Amino acid sequence: MPKPENCRFAKTHEWVCLEGGVAVVGLSDHAQKEITDIVFAEPPKPGRTVNVGEACGVVESVKAAFDVYSPITGEVTAGNPVLAQDPAVVNRSPHDEGWFFKLKPSNPGEINKLMDWAAYQAFLKTAEAHAGH
Amino acid sequence: MTTSAILRRTPLYETHKKLGGRIVDFHGWELPVQYEGILKEHQAVRQAVGLFDVSHMGQVWVHGPQALDFLQKVNTNDISRIKPGQAIYSHLPNEKGGVVDDLIISCFAPDRYFLVVNASTCEDDFTWLKSQAANFQVRLENKSDDYGMIALQGPRALEVVGLDFPSVPKLARFGAVELDILGKPGIVTRTGYTGEEGCEFIVPSGHTVQVWEHLMSRGEAFEAVACGLGCRDTLRLEAGYLLYGSDIDAEHSSFEAGYGWVVKLDKGDFIGKEILVRQKAAGLKRRLFGIKLCERGVPRPGCPVFVEGKPSGTLASATFSPTLQVGIGMGYLDRPDLKPGAQVSVEIHGRQAAAEIVRMPFYLSKELKNAKA
Repeated sequence: MPKPENCRFAKTHEWVCLEGGVAVVGLSDHAQKEITDIVFAEPPKPGRTVNVGEACGVVESVKAAFDVYSPITGEVTAGNPVLAQDPAVVNRSPHDEGWFFKLKPSNPGEINKLMDWAAYQAFLKTAEAHAGH
Repeated sequence: MTTSAILRRTPLYETHKKLGGRIVDFHGWELPVQYEGILKEHQAVRQAVGLFDVSHMGQVWVHGPQALDFLQKVNTNDISRIKPGQAIYSHLPNEKGGVVDDLIISCFAPDRYFLVVNASTCEDDFTWLKSQAANFQVRLENKSDDYGMIALQGPRALEVVGLDFPSVPKLARFGAVELDILGKPGIVTRTGYTGEEGCEFIVPSGHTVQVWEHLMSRGEAFEAVACGLGCRDTLRLEAGYLLYGSDIDAEHSSFEAGYGWVVKLDKGDFIGKEILVRQKAAGLKRRLFGIKLCERGVPRPGCPVFVEGKPSGTLASATFSPTLQVGIGMGYLDRPDLKPGAQVSVEIHGRQAAAEIVRMPFYLSKELKNAKA
């Protein structure tokens, strides 16, 4: 997996990066910390077409449930199979083993509209960053 | 947290901030939902010992020669069963057969009883109790603002307490004692809301920080952990304890909640007794059931429950059980005939998850199981 510094970020705190022709999506370190202990995680099913900004997955802590939004448009090719048995992997390794799902982008250019690492770090200092998760 | 101006704080507010507590609005009180994490704190209470700030709870003294007569009238349980030095769990019934609050009553003398009531209901309870006290020689005092309260819970809690208060581990479960707590008069009861051994300290407000810090430092060798409201809820739900406002309220009776053991119909007259007698004779139309998921997923309060495909009620309390590693909940179902093992389903995020009816508690420590037997 690429380093967080090389990922792009949505305002809803998902990261995405391109690996070959496939985009990998996960939750940012900030998001997993805010959600706290994750006890349930469900990625979208392979074959599903998701639009940019569409709620397509769920993570749950002991206290609350959170939607996971797709940062770009495309067709889901895989969900992380580890999540079913070990949802806490998202807390331990949000940018690596705890990735959420993969998708084949319909429009790879969409990714450039998302925040880069520096922009995301600046975004986290704003009030808007804390409105969602 | 834009309404912080009207929120109330316990004497331990600054302590929680210092410890990194994540502060939330809990029924108008600023309290920590967690410090390091709900799962870690939950496990600490199941395996070692945890400290809770429960200073938001209400305290009411009942004084007077007719204290017992008055308490018998406003309670479902038989308060004459406790002697000085003992406590009892009870419900305050309303005139419709519902419940005004659940509480723990300690007796310190035949004319001196001490009530610990829920934070969210404290003002209403006091108004209700006063309205019922007119014909009794009693004096009621709401002393909630004068006390801080700390719960020490877990299999090693009594070892920690015993270091400074050797009389406390010698108390029986639901024992209550007035004693000097680090130089100030206070109360310790062998009670709790976690399904573990432990006790609760009630001390003067201004003394609460000192007692907390002392217990924390004494607990260090036992791996004591500061615990927030998050794990308080998961622990009590595993233990099958009711949360007032969710699992019982003015509309549901103690019988319907499965707490018939706190209703003593043979003790003489009390508020709402006739309705409860009739309800018992006629049979219940609905009952609070324990429900355990048979698959992955986290049930939440409000989730609909289906029996044989028919909507039959909703979950009143529900969560992921850290001890059992599965979703659990309790809810009123209009199928009082259901037995443990009955297959039901819970709607979670629009999907039906397989579940079954189970006997509560979902979990109880072996110390408390033995104490019950």
